[in-house]
Amino acid sequence: MIGNFPFVAVVILIGLGIYTLIFKKNLIKIAIGITLIENGTNLFLITLGYRKGAIAPIYTQAPEGVKMVLPTPQALTLTSIVIGVATTALILSIAMILYQKYGTLNTDEIRRLRG
Amino acid sequence: MIEEMSRIVRTITTLIYGFIAVYGFYVIIHGHLTPGGGFQGGAIVASAFALLLVTYGNKNTQSFLAKDILSLLESTGLVLFITFAFFGLGATFFYNFLSNSGGLFGSPATIGVNPGDLNTGGTITLMNMAVGLEVLAALGVIVLTMSVAAETIQKKEKP
Amino acid sequence: MKKSIFGIAFILFVAFMILAAFGMRPFGEPAFSEMDDYYIENAQAETGANNVVTTIVFDYRGFDTLGEATVLFTAVVGIVALFREVAK
Repeated sequence: MIGNFPFVAVVILIGLGIYTLIFKKNLIKIAIGITLIENGTNLFLITLGYRKGAIAPIYTQAPEGVKMVLPTPQALTLTSIVIGVATTALILSIAMILYQKYGTLNTDEIRRLRG
Repeated sequence: MIEEMSRIVRTITTLIYGFIAVYGFYVIIHGHLTPGGGFQGGAIVASAFALLLVTYGNKNTQSFLAKDILSLLESTGLVLFITFAFFGLGATFFYNFLSNSGGLFGSPATIGVNPGDLNTGGTITLMNMAVGLEVLAALGVIVLTMSVAAETIQKKEKP
Repeated sequence: MKKSIFGIAFILFVAFMILAAFGMRPFGEPAFSEMDDYYIENAQAETGANNVVTTIVFDYRGFDTLGEATVLFTAVVGIVALFREVAK
């Protein structure tokens, strides 16, 4: 049962991200919470494709006669990381525009001001 | 990011910036032999751009990295990627028509453990370079635009 | 009042997910691996590249990479359009 620790680490990451989304009021902290949830999902994708005692799926200078790890979840994780970068860049740009128009980054006050 | 940093940081940056860019291009080109590829190498070169931007401030970097040229490079990369996908339309979309054929990147492959040969790979190597160019320019445009906007917003709310 | 309801629901949710993490398959034994065995066996003969992950990203599943490159391009277009009236 202690061998399932990578899955518990994924649950801790996603749990911390959801806690930040619910209970924090600053916009930058909400952006960090979204990034934490995306990192937890990427880690979960990679740990699904592990074989015991295997090496990376590359044939250049590999040791002889050893099994290889499943390569498909790693390819899907590459796409997911790039999409996470695009999402984070757009969230931070919207936060900058909001700060310029309202003068504050607190979501309670932005909800009250209504231009 | 308005004023530049101290003399020690500026000296080290001028020495190291070229090595980081060369390492990034190495990771892009050898994408079919070692771990890496287009996306990873493009992120490494974009981190060299971010190092330049933090060290020298906003005005001195804009004479070195123009936003128009980077935007043109990004569009070229994406159009090249789609063109290489259309070339194999005899069999399928994205067909690898250059592998094991003796043409541009088409030496026949050796099965099993081997030190890699750069001439193999077919359209994978060409697509690596196109995607590397696009990711490099995209991340550079993002970093440059956000730093110029941050300086403008900070200047406007000073009084 | 609202915060305590959110707090109790959050703790219940995390407890349920930890129970699910302990009840999963043991770490290191994937469930179905026929497709990946085919990729590991035949990627070097069919494409000639040593890196199996790169052949999956650019050759066997190149359509997803096309979608990802378009997402990155669209994000850059969105950011430049947002900051067009600030940098004047």
